[in-house]
Amino acid sequence: MTEHHLANSHLGFLAYDPAPESASVARLRPSYGLFIGGEFTDPAAHDQFATLNPATGSSLATVAQGSVGDVDRAVASARHAYDTVWSKTSGAERAKYLFRIARIIQERARELAVVETLDNGKPIRESRDIDIPLAAAYFFYYAGWADKLDHAGFGPDPQPIGVAGQIIPWNFPLLMAAWKLAPALAAGNTCVLKPAETTPLSALVLAEILQQAELPAGVVNIVTGDGVTGAALVEHPGVDKIAFTGSTEVGRLIQERVAASPKRLTLELGGKGANIVFEDAPIDEMIEGIIDGIFFNQGHVCCAGSRLLVQESVADEVLRRLVRRVEQLRVGDPLDKNTDVGAINSAAQLAKIEELSAFGEREGATRYSSSCVLPTEGYWFAPTVFANVAQSHRIAREEIFGPVLSMLTFRTPDEAVAKANNTKYGLACGVWSEKGSRTLWVAERLRAGVIWANTYNRFDPTSPFGGMRESGFGREGGRHGLEAYLNV
Amino acid sequence: MRIPAGATVPTIESEMQLRTMLASLSGVDAVGVEGRAAKLATRSVKKASKMAAIDLAISMVDLTTLEGADTPGRVSSLCVKAMRPDPTDANVPATAAVCVYPDLVAHARSALAGSSVAVAAVATAFPSGRASLRVKLLDVEEAVAAGADEIDMVIDRGAFLSGRIGQVFDEIVAVKQACADAHLKVILETGELVTYDNMRRASWIAMLAGADFIKTSTGKVPVAATPPTALVMLEAVRDFAETTGHLVGVKVAGGIRTTKDAIRYLVIVNETVGSRWLTPELFRFGASSLLNDLLMQRLKQQRGAYIRADEFSGD
Amino acid sequence: MSEPRLDVRKTYKLLINGAFPRSESGRSYEVHTATGDFLANAARGSRKDLRDAVSAARAAQAKWWGATAYNRGQVIYRLAEMAESRRDELAEHVALSEGVSAKLAQASVSRVIDRMVWYAGWTDKIAQVFGGTNPVAGPYFNFSIPVPSGVVAVLADQESSLEAFVDAVLAPICAGNTVVVVASERRPIPSVLLGEMTATSDFPPGVLNIVTGFTTELAGTLASHEDVDGIDLSGVAVESANELAATAAGSIKRVLRPSDSSPDRSLRRLRAFVETSTVWHTIGQ
Repeated sequence: MTEHHLANSHLGFLAYDPAPESASVARLRPSYGLFIGGEFTDPAAHDQFATLNPATGSSLATVAQGSVGDVDRAVASARHAYDTVWSKTSGAERAKYLFRIARIIQERARELAVVETLDNGKPIRESRDIDIPLAAAYFFYYAGWADKLDHAGFGPDPQPIGVAGQIIPWNFPLLMAAWKLAPALAAGNTCVLKPAETTPLSALVLAEILQQAELPAGVVNIVTGDGVTGAALVEHPGVDKIAFTGSTEVGRLIQERVAASPKRLTLELGGKGANIVFEDAPIDEMIEGIIDGIFFNQGHVCCAGSRLLVQESVADEVLRRLVRRVEQLRVGDPLDKNTDVGAINSAAQLAKIEELSAFGEREGATRYSSSCVLPTEGYWFAPTVFANVAQSHRIAREEIFGPVLSMLTFRTPDEAVAKANNTKYGLACGVWSEKGSRTLWVAERLRAGVIWANTYNRFDPTSPFGGMRESGFGREGGRHGLEAYLNV
Repeated sequence: MRIPAGATVPTIESEMQLRTMLASLSGVDAVGVEGRAAKLATRSVKKASKMAAIDLAISMVDLTTLEGADTPGRVSSLCVKAMRPDPTDANVPATAAVCVYPDLVAHARSALAGSSVAVAAVATAFPSGRASLRVKLLDVEEAVAAGADEIDMVIDRGAFLSGRIGQVFDEIVAVKQACADAHLKVILETGELVTYDNMRRASWIAMLAGADFIKTSTGKVPVAATPPTALVMLEAVRDFAETTGHLVGVKVAGGIRTTKDAIRYLVIVNETVGSRWLTPELFRFGASSLLNDLLMQRLKQQRGAYIRADEFSGD
Repeated sequence: MSEPRLDVRKTYKLLINGAFPRSESGRSYEVHTATGDFLANAARGSRKDLRDAVSAARAAQAKWWGATAYNRGQVIYRLAEMAESRRDELAEHVALSEGVSAKLAQASVSRVIDRMVWYAGWTDKIAQVFGGTNPVAGPYFNFSIPVPSGVVAVLADQESSLEAFVDAVLAPICAGNTVVVVASERRPIPSVLLGEMTATSDFPPGVLNIVTGFTTELAGTLASHEDVDGIDLSGVAVESANELAATAAGSIKRVLRPSDSSPDRSLRRLRAFVETSTVWHTIGQ
């Protein structure tokens, strides 16, 4: 054997050479205006704020702070488009617009993936393989409902609601825009979309795509800004329906705000998902599923499997394998194709994660953090597992929204169900077992809107997604996802 | 991975004991394992890492010819290529071994004299394994007597699929004995075992019975090595090492034609059992046309242009 | 002075297993425009062509159903893209075949393309509309899924050269069936053009097979072929429909009878070649 080749084997130490995607694919402009009435406004006409690349902390571009006046103009534009154009557009024609949008997303997939990774901090592998393809798929799926609403199970000829105000979070910026716009437009509504403050860019590229698709002016309006902009939209009397995805705290405020109005409301809020592992789980796939459940998208996932409930008889073995697997996670430059875990989206979010993790240690849980070297610039947190967590610990009850897993144990299926349900949330759970009857038994008792069996974090436009209790109400995806946007 | 000190391979004294042991193994979720293999396929191995991977892969090839039409001439040609894959570049490593039918072992032995390339022989009524134990053992003995360094045997899939796992186990033990100093690779023929659960169980049977290597396929049935199959086998090898302290190698064979395929497998090895297995001592590719693609990619990395196939000898 | 340029005329062939052969019988027949002018020699398909087509359809069916519903939808949408880009050609031949004005033909083609888009959007919704869970009185998870019947034979409408053809073939295809269709005898060209477009739409070979020829000569073969799971008798004269339906009974085929062309609000075409498979699974610790 040629010894020197083996000694030089870079593969031997998990050191794949850097394989970076190119940031220039993104074609970012230095500053952006708002998208109202089918046109971009002049950036200079607005106060601007910077959107940062969380992997470096540096500015990517500046975007407009939408004022109360801007929101008013956007709503008026959506109303005008609804009254004069969109409500007179047949389902078949609406379908074709949505198919066009889906197609263009596919065509510009690479550009969108890079923009998303730059603005959000998530690994390019995830934006490329999951966010962007799913965004296109949601448009394709709902395009196909637009011309067949008669058959959606809501009675003959169901009608849209009118103007929808939609506020989306920073964790899946383009995908959340797709989840909101596609069903709303398919059902015949017009929209005003408010992207998250820290991730406005992919929505602005989407606006260009809407122009390319020749969507009639005003059918979709995009107003960037912070919480003030969002509040203006929620309170605007010209909006018929509000859809919000974000934290439970803000969701409460919104629900309170619209309580006295006729506005329809759907909310998709936080969660503290229980990933339940029985002793007969398929062991290697289960470890991957736990990892996927909490470290996918840096744990910035409302439905994250952030509580691991392991049957006590296999807890030690699961922890051993889990810790070993966590060490293998590649944390670093989100633009590198080999990166598994990217940056935390903002300094604010990083502070929250650090605070709760420190509390976890003080509460007495045992902390295992990856020994990965974190970059010095930007916002980073090492993937972490807490073992010996008690049901009453803060880290077992509060949503951390980061790459932090809390591990608890149980003895019987009843106990697993009781512990899983012992939360004010009710968004998602996972169940790992090779025994189908038990999986189904547990599933019917879990108070969660989404239950994954022997998998986790799987999304599909045909599959309804949403929570119970304080994780919100309403469903996105599937036939059920149309209900929020129909006057039924 | 932590290999425990003083751990040993348990002695299996009855089929019942073997059955109990296998029943304690976890099942494999097909969707999950295929998903994991697909995710590992997204690893991008470029530049210096790619060059190192190519050289590593070349050094792991068991250059194979297993045709009814094989002749001494064909085998000689193959041996020359195995020793010096690229006649114009002495830096290209030799392959790990040459793999032939038993009646050509002596010829391969003399053609490879003085080189580092081992002679591997398929035996035990390869590829079907459908013959008496007596005949299969004689097949092995003759190959060993002719100078084979390595024996690639096939398990009795009929026995496995009809539940006679004790017989499968006993045959491997008997073949291992007949191998004497030759190292033993046990071919599971995963394409015929079909389910990942079967592959996991067969892997453990082979390892408990004394296999030095477990191998995916004969290359003679439609379904051969696949990334999820390799993943399942490598997981079994990892778990076996952690339980018994014994390191078993893995050979993937059949249908591996491109450098891209080969690197996919090296990534799976790297991220399942770790770098300890990234050596011809513990990982092999059973292939024929793969070598030329590795050489072409190696040259492309150096020259920066796509290469034509005729740059390298056909055999 | 330049001489008038001679155009290269097209040969209209069969579509079987993704390839475009002539009839194995070597026969052809004359197709005329609605006003009686010679249009083309079309292949006069034989029962052996049908045999090959059914064989191709059967071989393709498991894989077509095995693709995701999303993927099937993408393929059918691509057919709409192809049809849109070649709409003038389609309209020209609809006008020639049916004797309608260019304007009416264009309107017909527009409806056809929109109809293709309609079917493209059905693939991933059929299960949601026709399937569901059933609350049985016991600890069982019980769910019903709509699955395709398999290979569907279609005797296409004789008068409508494209609109009825598209409905008759895309409905079973979007539900996961594969199709062997005998095109309209006197007005086959638009369907043959559509067949060409499937070749550039990522349609897997064998999903749609088109045989041109004499309906009365071919219908019996399909009605009696035991490896055909369903048959659409739209293009058959009323007198022979009964007899063919009786023949089809020999292998308990699902039979769709000729009907009026009113809008299908009951989704009858989509339901016609779909079977319901219901699964029970115990629920318990």
